[in-house]
Amino acid sequence: MDILFLLIPLSVALVLLILGGLWWAIYQGQFEGIEQEGERILHND
Amino acid sequence: MKSSELSADYSDKVVRQFSLMAVVWGVVGMLVGVIIAAQLAWPELNFGIPWLSYGRLRPLHTNAVIFAFGGCALIGTSYYVVQRTCQTKLFMPKLAAFTFWGWQLVILSAVVSLPLGYTSGKEYAELEWPIDILITLVWVAYAIVFFGTVGTRKVRHIYVANWFYGGFILAVALLHVVNSAAIPAGWMKSYSAYAGVQDAMVQWWYGHNAVGFFLTAGFLGMMYYFIPKQAGRPVYSYRLSIVHFWALIFTYMWAGPHHLHYTALPNWTQSLGMAFSMILLAPSWGGMINGIMTLSGAWHKLRTDPILRFLIVSLSFYGMSTFEGPMMSIKTVNALSHYTDWTVGHVHSGALGWVGLITMGSLYYLIPRLFGQKKMYSVPAIELHFWIATIGIVLYISAMWIAGVMQGLMWRGINADGTLTYTFVESVKATYPFYVVRLLGGLMYLGGMLVMAWNTWMTVAKGRAVSTPIPAVQHHGAAHA
Repeated sequence: MDILFLLIPLSVALVLLILGGLWWAIYQGQFEGIEQEGERILHND
Repeated sequence: MKSSELSADYSDKVVRQFSLMAVVWGVVGMLVGVIIAAQLAWPELNFGIPWLSYGRLRPLHTNAVIFAFGGCALIGTSYYVVQRTCQTKLFMPKLAAFTFWGWQLVILSAVVSLPLGYTSGKEYAELEWPIDILITLVWVAYAIVFFGTVGTRKVRHIYVANWFYGGFILAVALLHVVNSAAIPAGWMKSYSAYAGVQDAMVQWWYGHNAVGFFLTAGFLGMMYYFIPKQAGRPVYSYRLSIVHFWALIFTYMWAGPHHLHYTALPNWTQSLGMAFSMILLAPSWGGMINGIMTLSGAWHKLRTDPILRFLIVSLSFYGMSTFEGPMMSIKTVNALSHYTDWTVGHVHSGALGWVGLITMGSLYYLIPRLFGQKKMYSVPAIELHFWIATIGIVLYISAMWIAGVMQGLMWRGINADGTLTYTFVESVKATYPFYVVRLLGGLMYLGGMLVMAWNTWMTVAKGRAVSTPIPAVQHHGAAHA
């Protein structure tokens, strides 16, 4: 199962990438005061 | 307010093109599906012509419904949603136009090459290497347009639908490149870069993630925009929608091995695939409940609004198939269900019920708005479409459930002396009535799609392509450094 030497590091890299995205989103303030954001799309087209 | 901002319009031409082609490819793909369903009941229907043989038309059906119908709907709606929620027009509109024509060229290549018998033999990735390269180019262009638009947004917050669409775009790029790696051996011939069980592992790592990211994450992006818009209510819990996104993408990648239970794949890898598949039940149901509860306090709208009915019933099929899937990934259940028509029923519960209905509902919302109309030409036709499609799905999946369990039980039937109770062909013969019922279900679903095509034609003929100006950004949500 040599293929796991490709697929597992790929998954780990991907998880790190996703973590990076989550980190960015949190510290950029994407998740502050979010309940109003669900409302916002209803008002402008 | 700058006047230049007020005069700018959304880039909707490409959205119109993708939306109309989604309807066209929907009709084509479902028609091919109906033909091969009829061939399974009456094999003579291939008329002895190689181009019409089941083995060549089946990949044409899957490519047409997933990548042509589903793909056009996903790219088109993502262009619409990302502009509306970011309050800006598309980044590099010319490149967006390239994604439309490039994607149509990919589809046409499939329509020609698959019946001619050109295939790499990888399920859901049959197209040969030159087409694979074209797909890669179009996909990179799509990613640039989409993420460029998010990057140039006029509001600070990135709406949750964009996260789903973005995850879908990135994951599909990765899956396509890894799985399609091949050594060319001529213009339309190649050999996979992997061999034996390694290839099988890559294939189903790709195959199941295609279900997870193409057929789930992308369409969830659609769900999180069009359900709130059509219901006129914000998503039930915006907080839960964000948890839904991160939980889904963190846990999806390793469900693939459940396609290879009881094969040469190492046992622990199979169990890992099973465990991850079962974990997926949690985020899937969280999202499903969140979508349905968006109607909380407005359930009466379901009585009068057929578009909302499409959208909400699609979520109930999403819930059903994301429950059935983890159950079927359990190895002992899989021992019964694998290689039977139960799998086909499961796929179509997701494909016709979830992917199909959410797309149709979203297009019914979108098409009149893109052509300067308040609603579709005929609302009773939407109603008719909803009912024949839903009854068609129920006929389809219940026929396949019964056929599948029956096949599984017949194949494992063993006499007291250890010999098999049934020959294989006896199970084929016993399946015949269910194949006919499945064909009937498929015909109804196709009939619904034809009603939609007529309704779309009339709506477009009555309306005209309109430009929508981008509204001024409201202050409280405006970007600030």
